[in-house]
Amino acid sequence: MTIPLSWYLLLAAGLFCIGFFGVLSRRNAVAALMGVELMLNAVNINLVAFWRYVRPVDLTGQIFAIFVLAVAAAEAAVGLALMIAIYRTRRTINVDHIDLLKG
Amino acid sequence: MDWSQIDLRMVGALWNQAWQNAGITPPLLTVINWVVAAVVLLLVGLNMVIGLIWLERKIAARIQDRLGPNRVGPFGLLQTVADALKLLTKEDITPTEADRITYNLAPALAVFHVLMTLAVIPFADGVIGADLNVGVLYIVAFGSMGSMAALMAGWASNNKYALVGGFRVVAQLLSYEIPLVFAMMIPVLVAGTMRMNGLAQAQGQFGGLGWYVWVMPCAFFIFLAATLAEGERAPFDLLEAESEIVAGFNIEYSGMKFAWFFLAFFLNSWVLSAIGTTLFLGGWQGPFVDRIPALGVVYFFAKTMVMFWVLAWIRATFPRLRIDQMMDFCWKFLVPLALVLLVGTAILLKLGLPSPFDGLALLVWNLVLLIGGFWLLGKAQHRAVYASKRAFTPQLPRL
Amino acid sequence: MPIVFLILALFTVVMAIGTVTARNLFHAALFLIGAFFGVATIYVLLEAEFLAVSQIIIYIGAIATLIVFAIMLSRSMMGREAGGYNRFWLAAAVGAAALWSLLAWVLTTVSFPVVNQPVPADAIFQIGTGLVGPYVIPFEVASILLVVALIGAVMIARERHRQR
Repeated sequence: MTIPLSWYLLLAAGLFCIGFFGVLSRRNAVAALMGVELMLNAVNINLVAFWRYVRPVDLTGQIFAIFVLAVAAAEAAVGLALMIAIYRTRRTINVDHIDLLKG
Repeated sequence: MDWSQIDLRMVGALWNQAWQNAGITPPLLTVINWVVAAVVLLLVGLNMVIGLIWLERKIAARIQDRLGPNRVGPFGLLQTVADALKLLTKEDITPTEADRITYNLAPALAVFHVLMTLAVIPFADGVIGADLNVGVLYIVAFGSMGSMAALMAGWASNNKYALVGGFRVVAQLLSYEIPLVFAMMIPVLVAGTMRMNGLAQAQGQFGGLGWYVWVMPCAFFIFLAATLAEGERAPFDLLEAESEIVAGFNIEYSGMKFAWFFLAFFLNSWVLSAIGTTLFLGGWQGPFVDRIPALGVVYFFAKTMVMFWVLAWIRATFPRLRIDQMMDFCWKFLVPLALVLLVGTAILLKLGLPSPFDGLALLVWNLVLLIGGFWLLGKAQHRAVYASKRAFTPQLPRL
Repeated sequence: MPIVFLILALFTVVMAIGTVTARNLFHAALFLIGAFFGVATIYVLLEAEFLAVSQIIIYIGAIATLIVFAIMLSRSMMGREAGGYNRFWLAAAVGAAALWSLLAWVLTTVSFPVVNQPVPADAIFQIGTGLVGPYVIPFEVASILLVVALIGAVMIARERHRQR
């Protein structure tokens, strides 16, 4: 326990904010998805750090993190399929140009 | 001399004592030990490749009724050294418009993923780099990183054919990872542990008959087929064989970078043989190994060389498969077979039969699946050949 | 021990920053792979080795390969046009910095109920029994989700043969 819990939480918060910046500021939709993956990883670090420091006897924290991993994989697959389909019809994945639903 | 007293752990104790006498305290000493162990593993692995390349060329040559390299050095042993020197002196070309960072990183990543798996191979009882709780999964993890290296190589070469080759390599490697994982999970189920040393220890019953290759031959067959595909060896080497028109994703690599891919290929074959030895052939188990622990290393290397010899034998004998035949074989034959085998093994283990009978029940189930699976495969092939023959039979005109 | 954490955390953060700032999309994907690897080493520090190995298999072996394929299949976007930031980047940077300061203040001031117990030695066994015992329903739902995602992704991304 030589590393205080807050260090892990700060790292997770930092990764989350970097991913947040990535999602909002990138022009390419695939790059925005990379930001989303960074945010999910940050959440996982949070879960595992809390598991290790607060309740290591009960493996619920790790199991929760495994489910987050599986859901992230499914979401990445569907998101990338959508982007490929958009690219095929509109020939662009620039988020500034995909605005047909804009009022 | 009492051989049973020689324990490799004694060497470790003497080493630690010498450093402590020189004044180096435990935290720094642990780090020094790790660094020395890593360097020793790396040197053993990298230098073994020289002998492996020579061995494979000789085996392929003798099976094909020719001599193989025999000019450079006695029996051609220095041929690989000569080849390495030649590759070192070649010009280092980077294609125009190639992505320089990725182009240089891909061969390094290819060697990286093979060298990392050396850390969990048990050379003798306890002589293992890191006896991880998840040793088997660790191997799968670094195998999956290998497909990334091939993809990077294909993309960075700025060459359509390399790119297509890279796509196909990733398709093959990712597809065959699934039967490989299933085939590795079956010994894990029976042994009850994922630690590599634990798997070798669990095969010690009944003398040599406790090895998992006698108890589960079908799992060994699936593992062998998946290993051939994961190592991109014949008959699954469409993607980077020298006699293909385009040598796959490493077409634009020459000189030392190609030497890195070549080294990664042979070291990967050896590492996969070592994993197969640990999982199925009993690892370091053998006669008198409990009394003389150092014999484990001898048995391990002998068994790994036998398995490497089998891989080289298959390479020299079988013709190459096309990419669609490869994919069909994986998804339509190996994956259903592996799934049925895994579920059946789990059910049989749950039945809890006493000691020799659970092994016999597993053996019966494996043989049923092996024979049944090949019979079904034969019928499917027969139907395909028959259908294709009918398509080509000329229709005679009705008079 | 803290020095190891600092090195690995610095590595992960540098890779993450590289992901969101790289102009060339393929380099961003490579930085992302580095970030995933860094996160896996953090899991090893937290003594969750099964999760670390699963992270490498799933994220680097599967998701990163998916992302790289998507980048390659939308090839013409590799040029200068689509790299870089859109028009909201300054607001996003300010927002991210504000969010991080808020989170850092909260996380360092609140005291969490930390206990000093060791991780059980049969952690993998407990994960396995947990997945088919108390958490079998989320397990089955996750498998249905993965099947649905698989079918959906294939349906969305396949070539449509135009009928003339």
